[in-house]
Amino acid sequence: MSEDISAELVLPRERCGELLELVVKKGYRLIGPKLEQGAIVFGPLRGVDDLPEGWTDEQSPGRYRAVRRSDASLFGYAAGPRSLRRFFQLPDVELVVLRRGQDGPRLDYGSGDTRPIALIGARGCDLRALAIQDQVLARGAYPDPRYVARRANTLVIAVQCTEPSGSCFCTSMGAGPRAELGFDLALTEVVDAERHHFVVEVGSERGRELVAELALALAAPRLSSEARERVAGAAARMGRRFEEAAVHDALLANLEHPEWDRLGERCLSCTNCTLVCPTCFCTTSEDRIDLTGDVVERHVRHDSCFSEEFSHLHGGSARASIRSRYRQWLTHKFATWYDQFGSSGCVGCGRCITSCPVGIDVTQEISVIGGEPCKLNP
Amino acid sequence: MKKRLAVWKFASCDGCQLSLLACEDEFLALAEAVDIAYFLEASSRIKNGPYDLSLVEGSITTAHDLQRIQEVRRVSKKLMTIGACATSGGIQALRDFADIKEFTSAVYARPEYIETLATSTPISAHVSVDYELRGCPVNKRQLLQVVSALINDLPPHVASHPVCVECKLRGNVCVTVAQGTPCLGPITHAGCGALCPSFARGCYGCFGPADSHNVEALTRLLADQLSELEITRIFSTFNSGAPAFREQHDKLVRLRVLGKQGS
Ligand code: SF4
Ligand code: SF4
Repeated sequence: MSEDISAELVLPRERCGELLELVVKKGYRLIGPKLEQGAIVFGPLRGVDDLPEGWTDEQSPGRYRAVRRSDASLFGYAAGPRSLRRFFQLPDVELVVLRRGQDGPRLDYGSGDTRPIALIGARGCDLRALAIQDQVLARGAYPDPRYVARRANTLVIAVQCTEPSGSCFCTSMGAGPRAELGFDLALTEVVDAERHHFVVEVGSERGRELVAELALALAAPRLSSEARERVAGAAARMGRRFEEAAVHDALLANLEHPEWDRLGERCLSCTNCTLVCPTCFCTTSEDRIDLTGDVVERHVRHDSCFSEEFSHLHGGSARASIRSRYRQWLTHKFATWYDQFGSSGCVGCGRCITSCPVGIDVTQEISVIGGEPCKLNP
Repeated sequence: MKKRLAVWKFASCDGCQLSLLACEDEFLALAEAVDIAYFLEASSRIKNGPYDLSLVEGSITTAHDLQRIQEVRRVSKKLMTIGACATSGGIQALRDFADIKEFTSAVYARPEYIETLATSTPISAHVSVDYELRGCPVNKRQLLQVVSALINDLPPHVASHPVCVECKLRGNVCVTVAQGTPCLGPITHAGCGALCPSFARGCYGCFGPADSHNVEALTRLLADQLSELEITRIFSTFNSGAPAFREQHDKLVRLRVLGKQGS
């Protein structure tokens, strides 16, 4: 019933635990935000107590700090250094094991845990990134069956973003802060001295069943509009902004810009930016043989265009200089991705900016290399 | 017929050979898979060469070892160095920066009994090496993987990317970015599995420089976190003989000397 789906409901803070328990009871594994190693990152959750209550972050190029909030928000932080990629495209996975047997070789394909995942607290940028990865890994000419299996039946309880960081620019990439699509439920956290509520938007039939089982009340229109204002406020506080439509042509017209040389001097080629990016999908395969020579495993693991070996062809690396690797990363993510997949490869989450040890800021570089059309904060 | 394995020691602390012994269960499997023909740390029983695979630990620091490594090469079909000493000269390559006579007279009661070279050099400076395994000490998983490949006549492979990749594969949060901790990870060869950053410490560079590295850019970053002297020292530890680290060390020393002269 369409009216049911569009109406907004209210989930009091005290009942968050119930929602998560219900999701677990339905057979999902919870993946959501938690405080770990001094950062708010996605990881397996046991329940509501694992959420980073009362924590937020400070982010700027090359710097991340988890800090205390003055309130008890559960979701009052921006995108952390661990994206959702690793839960669907595993960092290192056994593709196949080949065994020498009495009656010839035997092949075993690894399976792994394929219980469906419930994403808790995914943001607009996270969902847009998943949609991009789906297109690359699940819908191309060669879908990756392991990815497809792990993505199947993902339940999404999104959280609308009210707390962008200094590195964020999702509004420029059309990816947020509001998640419009791709969720079963979307929560907006409204917290102040007297209240702590979540306004709940229902995005699917599965989502509708969940709220029906919890018998949530309708949200008062005042509360709904307050929630919307908070998300709109986030849009206004974005760390940076630029004209995304101009980037493709401006970058490709400046492939010999002197800034690439400076980047070659500054960039460590550490791979951090690519490995925290939620849309990067490159992998390599490695074969491991045991001592007896009777068992060979083929593994697939995340790789990066910043590693020299990544472009190793007969006779050496095709991109031997750091300058050429940086240029490959930036032009692929922001320009040739359009030619390949019909959209930008960036969702504006700011992870690469915060996680670059030397603080290289992609938006700043685009504005230098692309010139006037790509000016920051026009 | 089983392949014949030999393990040799030159100037070193034995830690890499111990990594092989510390494989325990896998070590028994290794003893099954190959004929361990020469491995004094494990057995005094010696079988004569030639050997299919020689693992060489340690650096060359004496005239006698200069000769011995030629002999080892002669009796080995394949020769793989194991660890920082054999691959880049080890911690003992610190002697290269100073006068060896001063060291021997400071350390030994009767320095005239000591016969040693002025330098500590990697095995590859003297004979051809088929494969080098980094680390101080080597990582046992890598060691077994490479030995397994070599005895099965497959090309061995260990990734040459920086430690940062191993951090991200493990899901570590960057210690530099989130804690401000100085870390050599971005320029250091992977292999340890990001051991130190996994315990909230910066990387010390035990595996030497990664194949591609930007030492200069990392030095600029370290300058926000460490003193000049500390940075100079961090490039002169277990892999001070590796060219990328040695050049940076020497450059920083030169700059400090110049700076002092100027002031
Ligand atoms: S390029 Fe940077 S800002 Fe864009 S999606 Fe990747 S990590 Fe986020
Ligand atoms: S741009 Fe920054 S994060 Fe990316 S490889 Fe270079 S130094 Fe590392």
